Amino acid sequence: MPKPRVKLPDAAKVGEIIEIKTLISHVMETGQRKAPDGKTIPRNIINAFSAKFAGNEFFKAELHPGISANPYFSFFMKVPGPGEFEFTWVEDGGNKTVEKVKLNVT
Amino acid sequence: MLNRREFSLAAAAAFSVPLRAHAQQSPAWEQAVKAILADAKPIEGKLVFDMPEIAENGNTVPFSVRADSPMTEKDFVKAIHVIATANPQPGVATFHFTPQSGKAMVSSRMRLAQTQDVIAIAELSDGKFLMSKRTVKVTIGGCGG
Repeated sequence: MPKPRVKLPDAAKVGEIIEIKTLISHVMETGQRKAPDGKTIPRNIINAFSAKFAGNEFFKAELHPGISANPYFSFFMKVPGPGEFEFTWVEDGGNKTVEKVKLNVT
Repeated sequence: MLNRREFSLAAAAAFSVPLRAHAQQSPAWEQAVKAILADAKPIEGKLVFDMPEIAENGNTVPFSVRADSPMTEKDFVKAIHVIATANPQPGVATFHFTPQSGKAMVSSRMRLAQTQDVIAIAELSDGKFLMSKRTVKVTIGGCGG
């Protein structure tokens, strides 16, 4: 899968609630479309997303074909201290994309 | 479109056991809602669910769900479920939160096959449920079917 994009604040304080935005390029093929030859294009979506900070999973999602192509998520975290984010996207079939990003905690 | 009364009747009907051999199966979206709520009666009017009234492109319709909650270990939002009642598959996503989320709010984008009601259900740590519904008019459907 292509490299995801993550948007975080430039800096955050302990105890602050910050917004995290993630975007990944993916067709999110629903399994409903038909190719020109009439055959159904098989389903292929990202079915799970997880967000960890300093090793602790604080947010996750199960995704169904109703999520649009190029899945975008905005969600929040209360900063417990310094650390690194680890975001994981899992595709049907088990292929994983992992992105690690440090948070600048002042 | 479902008005509040029709929705309540449909939800009640979904809970009743069909005894006749030729009984109609309840729609997939009702089964999805029942799988989340079981016998619980959700509280309406408290879950903030933002969706556009009109979606020009059903392939990507923005949405946002927010439940006001202290998000402490004793009192937090465990999950938010989103269901599109008239999509080929009604489930859109389930988002799971923890107290470390700080805020029970999530935004994303969904596909809508046609004009329909979209339902958001928040599951709270005390076992209660909040529910909200939005009607979205779709000019160009977005499930590819």
